[in-house]
Amino acid sequence: MLNVLTLVTGVAALLLAAWCGWAAYRDQPTKDWHFIGMAVVSLLAVVQLVVGIVLLARGEKPDQGTTIFVAYLLGAFACVPAAGFMSLAERTRWGSVTVAAGGVVLAVLEVRLYDIWGG
Amino acid sequence: MAVAEEKRAKPARTRLISGPGMLLVWFYGVMVVGAVSRSVYQIATDFDRAPLAYSLSAVAGVVYGFITYSLVRGGETARRAAQVCCAAELAGVLTVGTWTLVDPGAFPDSTVWSDYGMGYVFIPVLLPLSALYWLRKNRAVTP
Repeated sequence: MLNVLTLVTGVAALLLAAWCGWAAYRDQPTKDWHFIGMAVVSLLAVVQLVVGIVLLARGEKPDQGTTIFVAYLLGAFACVPAAGFMSLAERTRWGSVTVAAGGVVLAVLEVRLYDIWGG
Repeated sequence: MAVAEEKRAKPARTRLISGPGMLLVWFYGVMVVGAVSRSVYQIATDFDRAPLAYSLSAVAGVVYGFITYSLVRGGETARRAAQVCCAAELAGVLTVGTWTLVDPGAFPDSTVWSDYGMGYVFIPVLLPLSALYWLRKNRAVTP
């Protein structure tokens, strides 16, 4: 369950990165549609956070420790919204680059989460 | 003297987070969270295993935090301070990177700066270079 969610979130994050990278390539700031995309990815991260906590509450143990697992869940949850707010403050192509970087960072976090949970 | 000149030339603080600066802040922010949370966890749970490595990660986290703050604050003083810290950061990455390759025994566990930051896609070594370039480009124009 969690691994499927991790995979979906990671792929969605990469798609978001590619999309915003494309906007940056065309010298455009992030637009409403990009923010909807960020909201979708953030929603996936929230669902992942909730599912992760529920699994922990039901007594399952991540391979590499509960603390690290929760820390990465929180990091994954905060990642895209933080980049989104920064792109609101920077209404040029560099705002788009920042969100693209945020997507890549989230994808990396998802890979780590997969390892930490233990596939 | 220099301060007076700056005041005349540039009444407002130099903004360091416009354009590419925003991307730098993002990456520095990520590194702050990464280095600080990692070192806090490792120092709290397992400090005796690799005291040197964990302390270095903590120092790296503090340096990253200071650079992030300087970038966001802006202004010539902050720019200079950030420049010094980025140089220190670069020196740190290069020293620790070489050290981990020459004498792996000193590091039972890896740091943020091990192998020039390979575990972090070499961001630790690329970041100070691009930051130094960016800070240099934004220095106050001297008359």
